[in-house]
Amino acid sequence: MIPDNRLTKPTRTNRFYRLHRVADRLRWFTKNDKILYPSVVISVIMVVSVLGPYISPFDPTATHPTETYLAPNAKYLFGTDHIGRDLLSRVLIGGRSTLLLGVGSTALAMTFGVPIGLLAGIKGGYIDEAIMRVMDVIMSFPTLLLALILLTSLPSNVWTAMLAVGVVFIPKISRVVRSSTLEVKNEEYVEAARVRGESDGYIMFYEVLPNIIPPIAVESTIRVGYAIIIGASLSFLGLGAQPPAPDWGYMIAQSQNHIWQTPWFLIWPALFLGLTIFSFNVLGDGLRDELDPKVTGDQV
Amino acid sequence: MSSTKTSPEQHQSNPVLSVASVSVEYATKEGSVKALRHVSFDIQPGEVFGLAGESGSGKSTLARAILRALDDNGSQTSGSIQYKGEDLQNLSPNALRSLRGSDIAFVPQEPAKALNPSIEVGEQIAETIREHQNLSESEVQSQTIEMLRQVNISDPDYCAESYPHELSGGMKQRVAFAIGLSCNPDLLILDEPTTGLDVTTEGKVLQMIDDLIEEFETSILFVTHNLGVLAEKADRVGILYAGEIMEIGATKDVFTNPSNPYTQGLLAAVPDIDRDVEIEAIPGEVPDLSAAPTGCVFADRCEFATEECHEGSIDLETVTPGHETRCRRLETVQSDPIQAELRDARTNYSGSKILEVTNLKKYYGQSSFVDRLFGSESPVKAVDGVSFDIHESETLGIVGESGCGKSTLARTLLQLLEPTAGEIRFRGESIDMIGSRTLPQLAASQSKMADFRKEVQVVFQDPESSLNPSNTVYETLERPLELFTDLTQEERENRIEEIIQQVDLGITYLDRHPHELSGGEKQRVAIARAFAGNPSLVILDEPVSALDVSVQASIINLLRELREEYGTSYLLISHNLGVINEICERVAVMYLGEFVEMGTTEEIFQPPYHPYTRALLTNIPTTEMDTADRRVYLEGDVPSARDPPVGCSFHSRCPQKIGDICECERPELEQAADSDTHTVACHLDEKEMMVPLAEDIEESDR
Repeated sequence: MIPDNRLTKPTRTNRFYRLHRVADRLRWFTKNDKILYPSVVISVIMVVSVLGPYISPFDPTATHPTETYLAPNAKYLFGTDHIGRDLLSRVLIGGRSTLLLGVGSTALAMTFGVPIGLLAGIKGGYIDEAIMRVMDVIMSFPTLLLALILLTSLPSNVWTAMLAVGVVFIPKISRVVRSSTLEVKNEEYVEAARVRGESDGYIMFYEVLPNIIPPIAVESTIRVGYAIIIGASLSFLGLGAQPPAPDWGYMIAQSQNHIWQTPWFLIWPALFLGLTIFSFNVLGDGLRDELDPKVTGDQV
Repeated sequence: MSSTKTSPEQHQSNPVLSVASVSVEYATKEGSVKALRHVSFDIQPGEVFGLAGESGSGKSTLARAILRALDDNGSQTSGSIQYKGEDLQNLSPNALRSLRGSDIAFVPQEPAKALNPSIEVGEQIAETIREHQNLSESEVQSQTIEMLRQVNISDPDYCAESYPHELSGGMKQRVAFAIGLSCNPDLLILDEPTTGLDVTTEGKVLQMIDDLIEEFETSILFVTHNLGVLAEKADRVGILYAGEIMEIGATKDVFTNPSNPYTQGLLAAVPDIDRDVEIEAIPGEVPDLSAAPTGCVFADRCEFATEECHEGSIDLETVTPGHETRCRRLETVQSDPIQAELRDARTNYSGSKILEVTNLKKYYGQSSFVDRLFGSESPVKAVDGVSFDIHESETLGIVGESGCGKSTLARTLLQLLEPTAGEIRFRGESIDMIGSRTLPQLAASQSKMADFRKEVQVVFQDPESSLNPSNTVYETLERPLELFTDLTQEERENRIEEIIQQVDLGITYLDRHPHELSGGEKQRVAIARAFAGNPSLVILDEPVSALDVSVQASIINLLRELREEYGTSYLLISHNLGVINEICERVAVMYLGEFVEMGTTEEIFQPPYHPYTRALLTNIPTTEMDTADRRVYLEGDVPSARDPPVGCSFHSRCPQKIGDICECERPELEQAADSDTHTVACHLDEKEMMVPLAEDIEESDR
C-alpha cells in the first residue's frame, strides 16, 4: 500500500529506538502533577531514610538526659524527646522501617496475589471457586485483627510485621488481578493464542499480564499507603519495630504520654507518616488517571 | 420504495432544514480537527435526504451539529443551520429545548443504549409527549399506545409495559422511532437506524420507515454508511467524505451516474449479490483532518488525480440540474468511470477432504445429573447436529443471522469449546479428545491436537481486540513461527518481512503497536498472523463486518490473493450474503443451530430456495436502482435456542408454511433435483421453492 516504506530499514535495528521510548516514558511521567509531585516526595523520603545514618546529626538512640523535651532549636532542629534523643535523627531513620514495611509487604502480596488472580481468572470453574473462597475467608477478617493474630504467634519485629501485612493483602491484590483478567480473557487475541495451542502459563504471563499492568500498578501503589498505615498501627501497639530502634508508629505511641511536655514529639513523626501515605495515595490516583482510559474525562 | 419522490424543482422556496456552509472543529490535545468544512444542503418538506459516508467522514458530527448537541470540545466555526428559516445558533436554550423532540426528533444509532433500562418503554414515550404537548394523562397514555401501533408493534399494550431488556433489537429500534415520532416532528434525524440489525429485521424497519413517511409526511435526514439502504429510501443523497460533500443530487442520478471518483469507488467496493463483478477497494485511508487539506480531500486516494487536484479549493460543479459533484476532472471521471470487472467463474473443488464434520452438536448449560433429577432448564442448543466437509483450497461460507450459532460452530471447530456430540476429522483423523481415557491415548490425541493447531488458524471479527496491545506487530507475527516452525531467528525475520508485505503492509509496520494501526491494518496483521505458520485451513469469523466498505473490499481481495498463493481452505462465517457471494465456492445457510440449505454459491443464490434463504436474499438493500425484487418479511424474531420450535425450526416464521407437517416433522437436508451438491431441509416441493412469491403471500405476512 505504501511502497516507499518497504525500502527503509526497520527501526527495530536502530539502537536509538529504545532510548526514544525511554524518553517517551519519562515525558509521560512528568506531565501529570498528580504523578510528578508525589513521586518527588516519595523519592526524597526514601533517599533520606536510606542515607539516614550518614546524614543524621546524632545517633538516633543516644540519650541526652539534660536536654529533654526541647522545642526545635539550633542544636536540635526538630527538638528532643523525653529522654533527650534527637527527634530529627529519629524521624530520618524511622522512615526506614515504615517504608520497608509498606513496600515490602506490598511486594510480597503481589508476588503471590498476581499469579493467584491470573490463575483463578484464566482457569475459571472449580479452580476459580476454590481459590476465591479461600481468599474470601482471609478477607472476612478485619485487616488489622488478622495481622495481629499472625504477629502474636510470631516474634515481633519488622520482618514478621511485613509478612503479616503481606499475607493480609494477598486476597485484595488477587481480586483486582482476577477481575482484570476476566476482562481481558475473552479478547480475541487470547482466543487466537488458544488456537495456536499456547499453554495456560503462556497465556497468563504473556497475553494477559502485560495488558493488566495499569490496574495492578494503581492498586499496588494505593496498597503501599494502606500497608504503611497498618504497619504504623502495629508499631503503635508495640508489635512492629522494637525499641529502641526508631519507627514513626512507635514514636507516635510513645509521644502520647509526653504530649503536654512537647508536642513536637508527636508532630514530626505524624507529619512524615501522613505525608508519605498521602503521597502514595495521590500517586495511585494520578496513575489511575493516566493509565485507565475509563476514568479520564478529557479524552477526545 | 418511497412514494413521495420529489423532483428538485419542487418546494425550492421553503426548505425545512437549510444547512449553509457549516464547518465544525473539535479541539483536541493535538490541535483542532476540522471535522466538517463548508457543508451545505437543504431538506425540503416531506423529503428524505440521505447522507452517506464512511466512518470518520463527519456524518454523525453533522447530525449532532443540527441538534446543537456537539461534544464539549466541538464548535461550529462557520455557516448557519436554519430550521424553517430560523437560525438554530441564535435560539435560547429554552427555545432549543422545546424545538428538540417536538419539531426536530432524533433516532439514535444504538437504541439499546438510548433507552433507559429501568423505565418501562411506554413511560419513556409518554414523557416526551408530556414534555411537548399539553395533553391530559389519559390522552398521553392513549397516544403512547397509538405510537407503538404506528411503528408496527403487534401488541402495543403489552409492549408499553415492558422494560427495554425484554425487547429484541428490532423492537427497541421501533420504540426509539416511536419516541422520535411521538410529537409529530417536521424533521426526523436518523443516525444509522438499521446498523447492527439483522437483514430480515433491517428489512422490516425499512418497510416501517416507508409507512411512516406516508403517514406523517415528515422530512427525514437519513445518515448511514449503507449505500444500499439509501438507494432504496432516499429522495436525494449527499456523499460525505472527510468532512466535505463530494457529490449531491437526486438518488437516481447519483447512483446511476456517479460523477465523483469517491462515489464510484464506494459503489465498486460494495459486494452486491445482483452484480457478478469483482469488488474493488479504494486504496489509502481517510486523511488526517487536523491539518487543513489543500485541494481535493480525496486526491491522495483518487486514481484520476493530477497535480491540479492538490491545489486551491475545489467547488461543486453541476452535472445535471440538481446533481453536483466536487471534482475538477469531471469529464474524465464521467467518460471513463471506475468500473468493476466481471468476476471469473468459480472453480469447483473436488480435491481431497481436509475437514469432515459429522453431526456436530454444542449445547450450553448442559445440565448435570442432579439438575436433571430436579427438572431444571433445558440446555441452549447453539449448534444442533451439523455435518459438512471442506475440501483442499475450497472456501465454505456459513451464513445466518445473529444468534443462529455461527460463532459457536467456529469456536467448537477450533476446539475452543468442547463439542457436546459429533465428530471432527481433520485430514481423516479424528481430533476428538473426549474419547481418550488412558494416558497413551491422551498423549496420542495431544500430538494430533498439536498438528491440528498448526494447520488450523483463525481470523476474528473485531480488529480492535484481535491483536495483543502490548506486543509489536513483529512480536505478534513471530510467535506462531516459534511455535510451528524450526526456523532460526534470521529465517524467522525473513519470513515475517515476507508475510507483512504479502498483506500489503510495509516492513516499517513491524515495530508498531496495535494502537498505531487503523482497523483495516490491524485486520491485515491478524490475517498475517494466521498465515505465518502456513496453515491449511483458516477459519474466518466475520472478518470484514467491523470494517468500512472500502476497507472491506481490500480485505476480501487480500483473502482471495492469499488463498491463491497458499492454496489454503477457508471456512468463512458471515451474516453478509454479499461477502459470502464474493469469495465462497459453497455456502451453508444456518438457522437456529442447524443447516437449512447447503450447496454451491450459485445454487444458493438461485431458486429453488429454502424459504429462509429467500428471506435473507430479498432483504439485502442493493444499490441497483431498478431491482423489483419483492421482499419477504419474516414474522417475529428468532426463537430462543433453549426452546426451539418442534418440527421444522423455521416454521414459526416461515411465510410458506404448508401446515401440520411443518410443526410436527423435522425436515432433513435432502438433495434438490437441480444438482447433486445442493441440499435443502424443507417440506416444500421443488416447484414451490422456485415460484416467485405472489403478492398475497407478502401482504398476508405483513
